Parts: sequence; structure tokens; C-alpha cells
Amino acid sequence: MKYHGNTAASLGFCSCHVCGLVSRIGAGTAGARCPRCATRLHMRKPHGVEQCWALLIAAYILYLPANLMTIMETSSLISYRKDTILSGVVHLWQNGSMGIAVIVFIASIVVPLFKLLALTWLLISVRKRSTRRPVERTRLYRLIELVGRWSMLDIYVVTLLAALVQMQSLATVKAGPGAIAFGGVVVLTMFAAMRFDPRLIWDPLRKES
Amino acid sequence: MPDIQQPPELEHIPDAIVDKRRRKASHLIWLIPAIAALIGLSLAIKSYINRGPVITITFRSGEGIESGKTKIKYKDVQIGEVKSVTISKDRSHVVVTAEFKKDAEELLMEDTRFWVVKARISGGTVSGLSTLMGGSYIGMDVGTSKTPRLEFAGLEEPPVVNMDEPGTQFKLHADDIGSLNVKSPVFFRRMQVGEVIAYELDKDGKGVTVNIFIRKPYDRFVKANTLFWHASGIDFTMDANGVKVNSESMVSLLLGGIAFQTPEDRADTRPASTNSVFTLFTSKEDALKRIDSIVETYLLIFKESVRGLAIGAPVDLRGVTVGEVSRISVDLDTRNKRFVMPVEVKFYPERLAASYRSKSKLTGLRNSRELINALVSNGMRAQIRSGNLLTGQLYIALDFFPKAAPAKVVWTKNPPEFPTIPGNLEQFQTMLMQIVQKIEKLPLEEISGDTRKTLQSLSETLKNADRLLKNVDNTVVPETRLMLEDARKTLKEADKALAGAKQTLSADAPLQQDMRDALREVSRAAQSLRVLSEYLERHPEALISGKKEDKR
Repeated sequence: MKYHGNTAASLGFCSCHVCGLVSRIGAGTAGARCPRCATRLHMRKPHGVEQCWALLIAAYILYLPANLMTIMETSSLISYRKDTILSGVVHLWQNGSMGIAVIVFIASIVVPLFKLLALTWLLISVRKRSTRRPVERTRLYRLIELVGRWSMLDIYVVTLLAALVQMQSLATVKAGPGAIAFGGVVVLTMFAAMRFDPRLIWDPLRKES
Repeated sequence: MPDIQQPPELEHIPDAIVDKRRRKASHLIWLIPAIAALIGLSLAIKSYINRGPVITITFRSGEGIESGKTKIKYKDVQIGEVKSVTISKDRSHVVVTAEFKKDAEELLMEDTRFWVVKARISGGTVSGLSTLMGGSYIGMDVGTSKTPRLEFAGLEEPPVVNMDEPGTQFKLHADDIGSLNVKSPVFFRRMQVGEVIAYELDKDGKGVTVNIFIRKPYDRFVKANTLFWHASGIDFTMDANGVKVNSESMVSLLLGGIAFQTPEDRADTRPASTNSVFTLFTSKEDALKRIDSIVETYLLIFKESVRGLAIGAPVDLRGVTVGEVSRISVDLDTRNKRFVMPVEVKFYPERLAASYRSKSKLTGLRNSRELINALVSNGMRAQIRSGNLLTGQLYIALDFFPKAAPAKVVWTKNPPEFPTIPGNLEQFQTMLMQIVQKIEKLPLEEISGDTRKTLQSLSETLKNADRLLKNVDNTVVPETRLMLEDARKTLKEADKALAGAKQTLSADAPLQQDMRDALREVSRAAQSLRVLSEYLERHPEALISGKKEDKR
């Protein structure tokens, strides 16, 4: 009951998302343009769900190599290491830097996985036109958007180290193929989150009422 | 705010412009997962393709090997990595599991060898210093076999020679290992051309087999008849030519070594094949000695002591070594109740000049026996002679003794017995014995008794003399003293008298003056007398008539 109310779409109005002018839109939104700035108008992000799916699937695909392949190669005079994200976390934990290990674990493993799963759940619920817990789902979406960029922590570290630690034979740090995949995962999930239209969470509620 | 629901401007909201162009639904977005899938797939395929063979290597200890860190290098290029180090089930060694790069597959052959490279100091060389900083790694040497293998037993020591190093391996048999060790050098004309790569005791324990490696191109100098000998340490010889110190190299002093040479007079153009077996002689002389292919053994029976005669002592024919002593023993001659010294010698007939050689080849064994019989009947005998008076080294000389008692070679014995003659030394000893016996026969005791008596009387005489001298001392000496005092007094008087005489005789003494005047007078008188006598001579009449006046 408390979710009931008019939306712009339900009244046949559409706001131009460039100049902000509200205009009355006909039956078909296709081909509608803003009368003031001639920007293409649409009720919801066009093909948002489809694009979100596509990006999400791509992110899923890249998530595997991102975690299985080496993200960083460290070689110095006395040692040579190849680290995947998880082995790096283990290494940090074993060497006593438990705080950093936890941060890296959350930022690099938990968060991307959480984003992927959360987005998937949102997409499925939207597709099923679920009416359950729209507020929580919206909060979840906001969290996804907020937290997305922090996953790049790993990439920042690797790129910084790779750029700075280049002492030829003494010590070198190289980014492994896993870093590219991981960066791909983060960027793709961010784009996917952008493509997702949270208004879709609320649309089924109106239809039902 | 219920008013907002029906704002007054609601009717004034403009209609959207309708664009006739239909917007195509874009499916381009699906390219992204496709690309992602491609990337993911390619990475997966790449990693699958690059996944090389996984092998296990066993080592006695896991020193310096760390899972995930230790590399496997071939020619200092990393081709693999240790994945895990575990202890074998029977706990006797460690099992190292290593993953290789894809292209390393053909390096893992049946005879590929692995060892841990760490800093070592051995054989005068220091190796693997870089591992002090970078940690140990597993080195490998690729085998030549074509059979692949995935389970290896690691070497505890790095191999001396890599498989791909061009060269040839040979086997040497020796009585003992001497001072040889793995990595001991092999010399050819004092040039190091190879190394000892392994050695092991023969299964029956009666010798050792040394594996050596000769590098290309020197391996072609190893022929089928090449001689190898120990070049270990210093060869110090002192002979009639003086002192000779010989050594292959300073390294061989420390490490021992092997030298080889091919006898030039028997040039064999074919190089020896891989793993040919040679004998390793103890010295160069030893090696060169045994190049003779025809060896005839004879037994020489001496009745004298053979102390100083060593195995290997030369059999000398007028200064040329034609054989050597191979066995010395002692035997009881039951018939004559005495000991005899059977000495076995090896005789190398090839060392004789070519005429003998060709003849013996042509005529065969029987004729060579006839020849030797003829020589023996001409007085050829074997004799022990002293080679070096200082060291007492003996040798066996073959020479002709025309006056020797007739003897024959006993061909029926095996080995045939060659007649001998007592040596110079024995003659010398006999002579010495005779001298000793003569000395023994001397009546030494009587002589010594007489001598004692003489000495006693002599001592008595001496005592008497002593007594006499004491007498002299007591009686004569005081008197002598008095006498001397008197003499001194007399001398003083004499002194005074002489002083007076001196005064009288001095130049200005009146006596002198008078004397001089007197003498002058005398001389004048003498002059007048001479004038008178001359006048009288001329005018004797003047004695009667007196002196005539001068006419003038």
C-alpha cells in the first residue's frame, strides 16, 4: 500500500534527462524526442536489462582468469614470486599482515563476487517482475554503485608497484594476465551497474496495483 | 502536500516530438561478453597449452629446495619450477615435484640428469657463487636418449661433463684409484683435455674402473693402443743421470690426474670407440714398458740373496732393458738342503733388433728356442748385479760368460728355467768373507796380551822418569839458583870493565892520540926505509962507496 502512487511513466510523462523538461509522451516511446532540446526520450534506460546482462556475463567470464591467473610477478635478487589474488592474501596473512590481508580479501574477492551475485539477483528479480522487498533491493543497488570503484584497489597497487619497482636485476614487479582480467571484471561490473535501471524494481508494483 | 498530485501546469506539459526514424535495437553490447569469453578462453587455452610436463625428482635431502620458489634451469635458462617438496614414503629421500614449460618436454629423456646447484668448493674450483644471493636452483643436463621419462633420481653432485659437450668417454681399469677423484684432469702432452667423471670399485673388488671424458677434438688421439697412466703428484727419480723431478701440472699435484700417450712406432689411425676399456698404469715408465705384445717368461734360480731386487726390476742386456722381474719367491731345494730364490722374469723379445724379431716371427717358437739354446751354450747367463750402490737396487743382467760352467735351458719346466751365474755381488761378498775370516784367524788375543805388558812396563818407566825429575827439582835447582846469582854478579863486573874499556878506547882518549902519532912516525920511518932500499937496489955499490951526488 505504501508503495502506491503515480510515477512519471504511469501518467504518460517523461523527463528529458539532458535539459530536465517534462513532456507528455505518446503511446510508443520509440522515436520520442524532447520538444526543447531534441534529445531522445525514453521512460527507462533503453535495452538496460539486456546490456546489463551482457556486461555481467562478460564479468563472470573474466572473473575466473582474474582469480586463477597470476596478478603480480615479483622478482628480486633473492626471491621470485608469482601471486594470484588468493595466494597474495594467504601470503600476507602468513607474514603477519592480517589487517591488509583482510582488506585485500574483501576488496578483491568478496566485493567483486558480491557485486556480480547482487546484480544477477536484481536482474532476475526484475525479469520475474518480483514485488518483494523493493526498498531493500534499491538499497542493495545503491551499495553496488557505491562500492564498485573500491575493487580497483588491487589494480592500483599492482600498477603502482609495476611502475615504481623497476630496478632491473635487483627487483622487478610485473603485472600478470590476471590483473587485466581482474580490471576487466571491475570495470564491467561498474558498467553493468550503470546500465541497470533501478526504476525497474518499482515498475511491477504499479502494474499489480 | 496533496496539491502536488494535481499541479495546475499539468495541462501545459508539451508533447514530445515524434521521430519517424525508428531506432534500431542495438545488440552490439553482446560483443562485450563475446570478447570477454574469447579472452577468457584464450587465456585458458594458453595456460593449458603452456602447461608442461610434471615430473618428480628424488634427492637425498631437500637442502635449498623450496616449493614454488626453486627454479629448474637448463643452461642457466629457467624452464621449470618446483611445485612441491615432499618426503618419500620410506622417508629415505625427498621427492620434488616440478612443473616444466611446454617446450621442455623433449628435454625430459631417460638419461636426463638433475642436481641441486649451490655454492661448492671442490677440485680447486669454486662454483655456483650466484646461488648465494639468488638461492639454489636445480640444474639439469639433457640426455641423448629418445625415451621420455617423468621420474628421475637427482644427482647429489653436479656432473663433471654435460651430455651435450662434444667428446668421448672411455673406461680405464686400474689396480687402485691412487689420488684420483672426480674432476681430476686428463692430460695429453701436458695439456688438459678431459676429466675423470666417475669411478667405481669393480664388482669383484679386485680393481677400480675409472670413467674419463676426453673433449673434442682431443678424443681422436685416443687410439686402440693408447696407454694411460697415473700422472698424480711428483715423479721423483734419482738415477745415474742425476735427479729428475717430473710432474704433469700443479693441479695434478693436488688432484691427481691421468695422462695418456699413443706409442708412435705403432701408429693406429683408428680412434678408439666410446667406452673402450684401457688399462691405467701406475706410471709412465710402467705404461711404456708394457707395450710389448710378445712376452716370454723365464725362471731364474739364484742361490744368493735377492734383497734389493724388486718386482719390476729391469732385465738388462748390456745396458738395454729387455725384460723385467715379475715375481720373486723363495723355495726349498730339498736335495741340497738349501734355499733357492726362483725369480720369474718377463722377457720381451720384440725389444731385440728387427732381425731377431722378423726371424722369430718367421721361424716360430721352436727356432727361437734353438736360438736361445745356442746363446746359452755360448755362455749366456743371467746374473744379479747391483744397479745402485747407494740404494742397493739390484737388476738382472744377461751377459756372456765364456768361462761359465756349461748349462742348459730347462724347457720342460713351466716357465722354462734359464741358467744363472752367481752375481758380482756374491763374488764380492765371498771375497769380503775371506778377508773377514783372515782377520778372524789373526792371534789378536796374544797380540793384545803383549801389548798390555809393554804398556805396563812403559808406565813403570814413566814413573821412574817422574821420580828422576823430582830429584832434579829438589837438588839441582837450588844450586842452579846460586850459580845464577854468581853469574849475575860476574856479569856486573864485566859490565864495569867494559865501561872502562870503552872510556879508554874513545876517539879523544890520550892513548889514542899518542898511538896515532906513534903510528905516523912509524909510517914515516917505513917510507925512508923504502927509499933506502930502492936506492940500494939500484946502487948496491953505495953500500961501500956511499951515496953519490945527483948528476943533475
